Amino acid sequence: MTDRHPLFKPLVFVGGLVFGFGLGFSQMARPEVVLNFLQFQDFGLLFVMFGAAIVSGIAFALLPRIRDAAPLTGDPYERRLKPFDRNVLVGGAVFGVGWGLSGICPGAAYASLGTGNITILWALAGMFLGAYAQGYWRSQSTDSGSAFAGAD
Amino acid sequence: MVADPVPLQLAAELFPNGISRYAVGGLLVGLGTVLIYVGTGIPAGASTFLESTLSYVSDQSRFQKYVGSRDWRLVFTAGIILGAFAFAATFQSGVVSSSLYEPGSTGQLYEVAGVTLWTTDVQPWRLFLGGILVGIGTRIGKGCTSGHGVCGVGSASKTSLIGVVTFLTVAIGTAQVVAALGVSP
Repeated sequence: MTDRHPLFKPLVFVGGLVFGFGLGFSQMARPEVVLNFLQFQDFGLLFVMFGAAIVSGIAFALLPRIRDAAPLTGDPYERRLKPFDRNVLVGGAVFGVGWGLSGICPGAAYASLGTGNITILWALAGMFLGAYAQGYWRSQSTDSGSAFAGAD
Repeated sequence: MVADPVPLQLAAELFPNGISRYAVGGLLVGLGTVLIYVGTGIPAGASTFLESTLSYVSDQSRFQKYVGSRDWRLVFTAGIILGAFAFAATFQSGVVSSSLYEPGSTGQLYEVAGVTLWTTDVQPWRLFLGGILVGIGTRIGKGCTSGHGVCGVGSASKTSLIGVVTFLTVAIGTAQVVAALGVSP
């Protein structure tokens, strides 16, 4: 592992703080609010998702014109596009069923715990279990199959 | 003041809790993402944490490829939890208030050491079963609401746009069916 800049983790922490505060403030950390959105009873959640995407979109577009590389890592500001394949559709559909059933997604689940939602531990336990199951299965098929490992 | 009641009525129907808490929250979520990106060049998503954290306890090759990022991802998630706690200790507890914040009436509030905490009424089986599918789907589908939804859409990634349309459509369908079957909350 490479040595990171001493401010790398503090910055990630501060970014996480703002991110988590925002999820709490928007109430996206409450499964009920997400379910109300998915059932077309309150469309406010659109402002959370698109508001956040617009803010990050402006930064992603402007930064490469201002600087070449990030100060703490030296990594260039470039678009890191994930390759499209069938997994995006299959995984997205499975995620959609889970999100529609529970009303919670990963980031919102961490934030939900922070607002005191002990019951959300059920969802977090499920997420780790699901992530483990697919990772176990994919590790087996990669190890026994070709040397090709899917990039993401 | 004479206001046209039709658009107002429509707005009240579509947005019964107003839009300010959502918009402000969304701006903060975006700002958190941008802070990390400005310093590190990394568009951080939340769901990789699930696999990177499993690399501490499992030597499966799929998880081991995240060893390099697992420490900072743990820090990111700790930040998210504590940031949400800071929200709970201020706005949720009523210590700080703003016209931009609409409290809402879902779930249960309870108090510990002067901090108003909140817990969901959604049934544990829904959270657990849904959580399993979220864990599988986000990792196979290469991202979640933050990785695809915020970072991917923000960088106009076609893969992410397709991902978002897929999980959003399926989630809407699922939630409607579950509600129609009479499952509540």
